[in-house]
Amino acid sequence: MFNTILYLLASLLLIISYFKDQDKTKMALKKAWKSFETILPQFIVILIIVGIMLSAISPDTISKWIGSESGWLGMLIAAIVGAITLIPGFVAFPLAAALLDGGAGFMQIAVFISTLMMVGVVTIPVEISYFGKKATLYRNLLAFGFSFIVAMVIGVVIK
Amino acid sequence: MKKLIKRYKYALLMMIVNVILLLFLPTMGRNSMKLTVNNTKEMLLVIPPIFVLLGLLDVWVKRETMIKLMGEKSGIFGMLIAFTMGSAAAGPLYAAFPIAGILLKKGSKLSNVLIFIGAWSTTKIPLLLFETSAMGWRFMATRFMVNIVGIVTIAYLIEKALSIKDKEELHQRVSAMSQ
Repeated sequence: MFNTILYLLASLLLIISYFKDQDKTKMALKKAWKSFETILPQFIVILIIVGIMLSAISPDTISKWIGSESGWLGMLIAAIVGAITLIPGFVAFPLAAALLDGGAGFMQIAVFISTLMMVGVVTIPVEISYFGKKATLYRNLLAFGFSFIVAMVIGVVIK
Repeated sequence: MKKLIKRYKYALLMMIVNVILLLFLPTMGRNSMKLTVNNTKEMLLVIPPIFVLLGLLDVWVKRETMIKLMGEKSGIFGMLIAFTMGSAAAGPLYAAFPIAGILLKKGSKLSNVLIFIGAWSTTKIPLLLFETSAMGWRFMATRFMVNIVGIVTIAYLIEKALSIKDKEELHQRVSAMSQ
Protein backbone atom coordinates (compact mmCIF):
# COMPACT_ATOMS: atom_id res chain seq x y z
CA MET A 1 0.00 0.00 0.00
CA PHE A 2 2.72 2.43 0.98
CA ASN A 3 4.90 1.24 -1.84
CA THR A 4 2.03 1.96 -4.23
CA ILE A 5 1.89 5.58 -3.05
CA LEU A 6 5.63 5.89 -3.46
CA TYR A 7 5.49 4.47 -6.99
CA LEU A 8 2.56 6.72 -7.93
CA LEU A 9 4.35 9.78 -6.59
CA ALA A 10 7.61 8.94 -8.37
CA SER A 11 5.85 8.22 -11.70
CA LEU A 12 3.70 11.34 -11.47
CA LEU A 13 6.70 13.58 -10.81
CA LEU A 14 8.66 11.80 -13.53
CA ILE A 15 5.90 12.46 -16.07
CA ILE A 16 5.62 16.11 -15.07
CA SER A 17 9.38 16.43 -15.28
CA TYR A 18 9.39 14.80 -18.73
CA PHE A 19 6.86 17.26 -20.09
CA LYS A 20 8.73 20.20 -18.63
CA ASP A 21 12.20 19.25 -19.75
CA GLN A 22 13.22 16.01 -21.42
CA ASP A 23 16.97 16.52 -21.02
CA LYS A 24 16.70 17.27 -17.34
CA THR A 25 14.55 14.19 -16.87
CA LYS A 26 17.12 12.03 -18.60
CA MET A 27 19.76 13.52 -16.37
CA ALA A 28 17.65 12.80 -13.28
CA LEU A 29 17.30 9.16 -14.29
CA LYS A 30 21.00 8.91 -14.97
CA LYS A 31 21.72 10.35 -11.55
CA ALA A 32 19.22 7.97 -9.98
CA TRP A 33 20.99 5.02 -11.56
CA LYS A 34 24.45 6.31 -10.67
CA SER A 35 23.62 6.87 -7.01
CA PHE A 36 22.16 3.39 -6.88
CA GLU A 37 25.15 1.82 -8.61
CA THR A 38 27.53 3.62 -6.27
CA ILE A 39 26.18 1.87 -3.20
CA LEU A 40 25.09 -1.38 -4.87
CA PRO A 41 28.24 -3.31 -3.84
CA GLN A 42 27.66 -2.35 -0.20
CA PHE A 43 23.95 -3.19 -0.48
CA ILE A 44 24.80 -6.69 -1.71
CA VAL A 45 27.16 -7.24 1.21
CA ILE A 46 24.47 -6.10 3.65
CA LEU A 47 21.81 -8.34 2.12
CA ILE A 48 23.99 -11.44 2.34
CA ILE A 49 25.13 -10.70 5.91
CA VAL A 50 21.51 -10.22 6.96
CA GLY A 51 20.58 -13.55 5.36
CA ILE A 52 23.35 -15.43 7.14
CA MET A 53 22.61 -13.72 10.43
CA LEU A 54 18.89 -14.41 10.38
CA SER A 55 19.51 -18.04 9.49
CA ALA A 56 21.92 -18.37 12.42
CA ILE A 57 19.78 -16.66 15.06
CA SER A 58 16.26 -17.96 15.60
CA PRO A 59 13.47 -16.25 17.58
CA ASP A 60 13.82 -19.05 20.15
CA THR A 61 17.44 -18.21 20.78
CA ILE A 62 16.66 -14.53 21.14
CA SER A 63 13.78 -15.06 23.56
CA LYS A 64 16.02 -17.27 25.69
CA TRP A 65 18.53 -14.42 25.95
CA ILE A 66 16.11 -11.63 26.68
CA GLY A 67 13.38 -13.07 28.90
CA SER A 68 11.57 -10.72 31.31
CA GLU A 69 13.70 -12.07 34.18
CA SER A 70 16.91 -11.31 32.32
CA GLY A 71 17.09 -7.77 33.76
CA TRP A 72 19.88 -5.39 32.83
CA LEU A 73 22.03 -8.08 31.29
CA GLY A 74 19.07 -9.09 29.13
CA MET A 75 18.60 -5.46 28.11
CA LEU A 76 22.25 -5.17 27.19
CA ILE A 77 22.07 -8.36 25.13
CA ALA A 78 18.84 -7.16 23.50
CA ALA A 79 20.50 -3.84 22.66
CA ILE A 80 23.55 -5.52 21.13
CA VAL A 81 21.49 -8.03 19.16
CA GLY A 82 19.32 -5.19 17.86
CA ALA A 83 22.32 -3.07 16.95
CA ILE A 84 24.00 -5.82 14.98
CA THR A 85 21.06 -7.47 13.28
CA LEU A 86 19.21 -5.88 10.42
CA ILE A 87 15.62 -7.03 10.27
CA PRO A 88 13.04 -5.29 8.07
CA GLY A 89 10.36 -3.55 10.13
CA PHE A 90 7.45 -5.59 8.86
CA VAL A 91 9.29 -8.69 10.16
CA ALA A 92 10.59 -7.03 13.31
CA PHE A 93 7.26 -6.20 14.95
CA PRO A 94 5.62 -9.58 14.51
CA LEU A 95 8.92 -11.01 15.78
CA ALA A 96 8.81 -8.68 18.77
CA ALA A 97 5.25 -9.74 19.53
CA ALA A 98 6.29 -13.38 19.26
CA LEU A 99 9.23 -12.74 21.57
CA LEU A 100 6.86 -11.17 24.12
CA ASP A 101 4.66 -14.26 23.98
CA GLY A 102 7.78 -16.35 24.32
CA GLY A 103 8.58 -14.66 27.62
CA ALA A 104 10.72 -11.68 26.70
CA GLY A 105 10.21 -8.56 28.82
CA PHE A 106 8.67 -5.28 27.58
CA MET A 107 11.79 -3.27 28.40
CA GLN A 108 14.05 -5.75 26.68
CA ILE A 109 11.81 -5.69 23.62
CA ALA A 110 11.70 -1.88 23.61
CA VAL A 111 15.48 -1.61 23.70
CA PHE A 112 15.75 -4.32 21.04
CA ILE A 113 13.35 -2.54 18.69
CA SER A 114 15.04 0.82 19.25
CA THR A 115 18.59 -0.33 18.53
CA LEU A 116 17.31 -2.48 15.68
CA MET A 117 15.88 0.56 13.97
CA MET A 118 18.32 3.30 14.91
CA VAL A 119 21.70 1.59 15.24
CA GLY A 120 23.19 -0.17 12.26
CA VAL A 121 26.53 -1.85 12.86
CA VAL A 122 26.42 -3.70 9.55
CA THR A 123 25.58 -0.55 7.61
CA ILE A 124 28.26 1.60 9.25
CA PRO A 125 30.54 1.47 6.16
CA VAL A 126 27.70 2.87 4.01
CA GLU A 127 26.94 5.54 6.58
CA ILE A 128 30.60 6.55 6.82
CA SER A 129 30.84 6.99 3.06
CA TYR A 130 28.17 9.71 3.33
CA PHE A 131 28.54 11.17 6.82
CA GLY A 132 32.18 10.49 7.66
CA LYS A 133 33.59 8.59 10.61
CA LYS A 134 32.92 11.11 13.35
CA ALA A 135 29.24 11.82 12.70
CA THR A 136 28.53 8.13 12.06
CA LEU A 137 30.19 7.03 15.28
CA TYR A 138 28.39 9.71 17.32
CA ARG A 139 25.03 8.94 15.78
CA ASN A 140 25.25 5.23 16.45
CA LEU A 141 26.58 5.61 19.99
CA LEU A 142 23.98 8.22 20.92
CA ALA A 143 21.20 6.12 19.43
CA PHE A 144 22.47 3.09 21.35
CA GLY A 145 22.38 5.00 24.64
CA PHE A 146 19.04 6.59 23.80
CA SER A 147 17.48 3.15 23.27
CA PHE A 148 17.85 2.48 27.00
CA ILE A 149 15.99 5.69 27.80
CA VAL A 150 13.17 4.56 25.50
CA ALA A 151 13.10 1.22 27.29
CA MET A 152 12.96 2.85 30.72
CA VAL A 153 10.04 5.08 29.74
CA ILE A 154 8.24 2.06 28.25
CA GLY A 155 8.95 0.21 31.49
CA VAL A 156 7.26 2.98 33.48
CA VAL A 157 4.26 3.43 31.16
CA ILE A 158 3.56 -0.23 30.44
CA LYS A 159 3.57 -2.64 33.32
CA MET B 1 36.61 -5.71 -15.58
CA LYS B 2 39.38 -5.49 -13.02
CA LYS B 3 37.83 -2.31 -11.66
CA LEU B 4 34.46 -4.01 -11.42
CA ILE B 5 35.89 -6.93 -9.45
CA LYS B 6 37.68 -4.53 -7.16
CA ARG B 7 34.46 -2.62 -6.48
CA TYR B 8 32.52 -5.78 -5.80
CA LYS B 9 35.24 -7.65 -3.93
CA TYR B 10 33.43 -7.71 -0.59
CA ALA B 11 30.17 -8.68 -2.26
CA LEU B 12 31.97 -11.57 -3.99
CA LEU B 13 33.63 -12.53 -0.72
CA MET B 14 30.25 -12.72 1.04
CA MET B 15 28.83 -14.84 -1.79
CA ILE B 16 31.75 -17.24 -1.36
CA VAL B 17 31.09 -17.35 2.39
CA ASN B 18 27.49 -18.29 1.68
CA VAL B 19 28.54 -21.03 -0.76
CA ILE B 20 30.92 -22.42 1.88
CA LEU B 21 28.02 -22.43 4.34
CA LEU B 22 25.94 -24.28 1.77
CA LEU B 23 28.64 -26.96 1.51
CA PHE B 24 29.32 -27.45 5.21
CA LEU B 25 26.06 -26.42 6.89
CA PRO B 26 23.53 -27.11 4.12
CA THR B 27 20.38 -26.24 6.09
CA MET B 28 21.74 -22.95 7.32
CA GLY B 29 23.25 -22.15 3.94
CA ARG B 30 19.99 -22.81 2.16
CA ASN B 31 18.03 -20.79 4.71
CA SER B 32 20.36 -17.83 4.46
CA MET B 33 20.19 -17.89 0.65
CA LYS B 34 16.42 -17.99 0.78
CA LEU B 35 16.42 -15.03 3.19
CA THR B 36 18.86 -13.11 1.04
CA VAL B 37 16.70 -13.64 -2.05
CA ASN B 38 13.58 -12.54 -0.16
CA ASN B 39 15.28 -9.45 1.24
CA THR B 40 16.68 -8.59 -2.18
CA LYS B 41 13.19 -8.77 -3.67
CA GLU B 42 11.93 -6.53 -0.89
CA MET B 43 14.73 -4.07 -1.52
CA LEU B 44 14.27 -4.04 -5.28
CA LEU B 45 10.60 -3.26 -4.72
CA VAL B 46 11.18 -0.10 -2.66
CA ILE B 47 14.35 1.16 -4.25
CA PRO B 48 13.32 2.30 -7.76
CA PRO B 49 10.89 5.05 -6.68
CA ILE B 50 13.27 6.23 -3.92
CA PHE B 51 16.15 6.67 -6.32
CA VAL B 52 13.99 8.21 -9.05
CA LEU B 53 12.79 10.78 -6.52
CA LEU B 54 16.39 11.33 -5.49
CA GLY B 55 17.41 11.97 -9.11
CA LEU B 56 14.51 14.37 -9.68
CA LEU B 57 15.33 16.19 -6.45
CA ASP B 58 18.93 16.58 -7.52
CA VAL B 59 18.02 17.95 -10.95
CA TRP B 60 15.02 20.15 -10.19
CA VAL B 61 15.44 21.54 -6.70
CA LYS B 62 17.79 24.50 -6.68
CA ARG B 63 20.38 24.87 -3.98
CA GLU B 64 18.87 28.21 -2.93
CA THR B 65 15.45 26.60 -2.49
CA MET B 66 16.88 23.81 -0.39
CA ILE B 67 18.82 26.27 1.74
CA LYS B 68 15.63 28.21 2.33
CA LEU B 69 13.66 25.07 3.21
CA MET B 70 16.18 23.11 5.25
CA GLY B 71 19.31 25.26 5.52
CA GLU B 72 21.01 26.97 8.44
CA LYS B 73 18.25 29.53 8.96
CA SER B 74 15.26 27.29 8.27
CA GLY B 75 14.45 27.00 11.98
CA ILE B 76 11.57 24.91 13.23
CA PHE B 77 10.03 24.82 9.75
CA GLY B 78 13.11 23.06 8.38
CA MET B 79 12.97 20.58 11.24
CA LEU B 80 9.33 19.84 10.48
CA ILE B 81 10.06 19.26 6.79
CA ALA B 82 12.94 16.94 7.67
CA PHE B 83 10.79 15.04 10.13
CA THR B 84 7.87 14.69 7.73
CA MET B 85 10.08 13.56 4.85
CA GLY B 86 11.73 10.91 7.01
CA SER B 87 8.46 9.67 8.48
CA ALA B 88 6.76 9.43 5.10
CA ALA B 89 9.50 7.17 3.81
CA ALA B 90 9.57 3.48 3.11
CA GLY B 91 12.50 1.18 2.88
CA PRO B 92 15.49 0.28 5.02
CA LEU B 93 17.64 2.89 6.75
CA TYR B 94 20.59 2.34 4.45
CA ALA B 95 18.46 3.55 1.52
CA ALA B 96 18.14 6.87 3.37
CA PHE B 97 21.85 7.63 3.29
CA PRO B 98 22.05 8.49 -0.44
CA ILE B 99 19.08 10.83 -0.01
CA ALA B 100 20.74 12.38 3.04
CA GLY B 101 23.79 12.88 0.84
CA ILE B 102 21.80 14.85 -1.74
CA LEU B 103 20.11 16.93 0.96
CA LEU B 104 23.50 17.85 2.42
CA LYS B 105 24.96 18.58 -1.00
CA LYS B 106 22.08 20.94 -1.73
CA GLY B 107 22.74 22.93 1.42
CA SER B 108 20.55 21.46 4.15
CA LYS B 109 21.62 22.00 7.71
CA LEU B 110 23.36 18.93 9.15
CA SER B 111 21.04 18.68 12.14
CA ASN B 112 18.02 18.73 9.82
CA VAL B 113 19.48 15.90 7.74
CA LEU B 114 20.08 14.00 10.97
CA ILE B 115 16.45 14.57 11.97
CA PHE B 116 15.49 13.16 8.58
CA ILE B 117 17.68 10.10 9.23
CA GLY B 118 16.27 9.71 12.73
CA ALA B 119 12.69 9.91 11.52
CA TRP B 120 13.40 7.49 8.68
CA SER B 121 14.95 5.03 11.10
CA THR B 122 12.27 4.97 13.72
CA THR B 123 9.07 6.95 13.15
CA LYS B 124 8.13 5.80 9.66
CA ILE B 125 4.34 5.87 9.32
CA PRO B 126 3.96 2.41 7.72
CA LEU B 127 6.03 0.95 10.55
CA LEU B 128 3.98 2.71 13.20
CA LEU B 129 0.95 0.88 11.84
CA PHE B 130 2.77 -2.43 12.12
CA GLU B 131 3.92 -1.52 15.58
CA THR B 132 0.42 -0.68 16.76
CA SER B 133 -1.03 -3.94 15.53
CA ALA B 134 1.80 -6.01 16.98
CA MET B 135 2.56 -4.22 20.24
CA GLY B 136 -0.54 -2.15 21.00
CA TRP B 137 -1.10 1.58 20.69
CA ARG B 138 0.29 2.45 24.12
CA PHE B 139 3.63 0.94 23.28
CA MET B 140 3.67 2.70 19.90
CA ALA B 141 2.55 6.10 21.22
CA THR B 142 5.02 6.05 24.10
CA ARG B 143 7.91 5.11 21.87
CA PHE B 144 6.85 7.67 19.26
CA MET B 145 6.79 10.56 21.71
CA VAL B 146 10.07 9.64 23.36
CA ASN B 147 11.59 9.22 19.90
CA ILE B 148 10.64 12.72 18.77
CA VAL B 149 12.58 14.16 21.69
CA GLY B 150 15.44 11.72 21.15
CA ILE B 151 15.79 12.33 17.42
CA VAL B 152 15.99 16.09 17.83
CA THR B 153 18.40 15.80 20.77
CA ILE B 154 20.73 13.44 18.92
CA ALA B 155 20.70 15.66 15.83
CA TYR B 156 21.46 18.74 17.93
CA LEU B 157 24.28 17.03 19.85
CA ILE B 158 26.00 15.81 16.68
CA GLU B 159 25.65 19.22 15.03
CA LYS B 160 27.32 20.76 18.10
CA ALA B 161 30.02 18.08 18.34
CA LEU B 162 31.30 18.55 14.79
CA SER B 163 33.73 21.36 14.12
CA ILE B 164 33.44 23.66 11.11
CA LYS B 165 36.28 21.72 9.53
CA ASP B 166 34.42 18.43 10.05
CA LYS B 167 31.36 19.88 8.35
CA GLU B 168 33.37 21.18 5.42
CA GLU B 169 34.86 17.72 4.92
CA LEU B 170 31.39 16.27 5.06
CA HIS B 171 30.15 18.61 2.34
CA GLN B 172 33.12 17.85 0.13
CA ARG B 173 32.51 14.14 0.53
CA VAL B 174 28.81 14.23 -0.42
CA SER B 175 29.48 16.58 -3.33
CA ALA B 176 32.12 14.24 -4.67
CA MET B 177 29.81 11.24 -4.33
CA SER B 178 27.04 12.48 -6.59
CA GLN B 179 28.43 14.31 -9.54
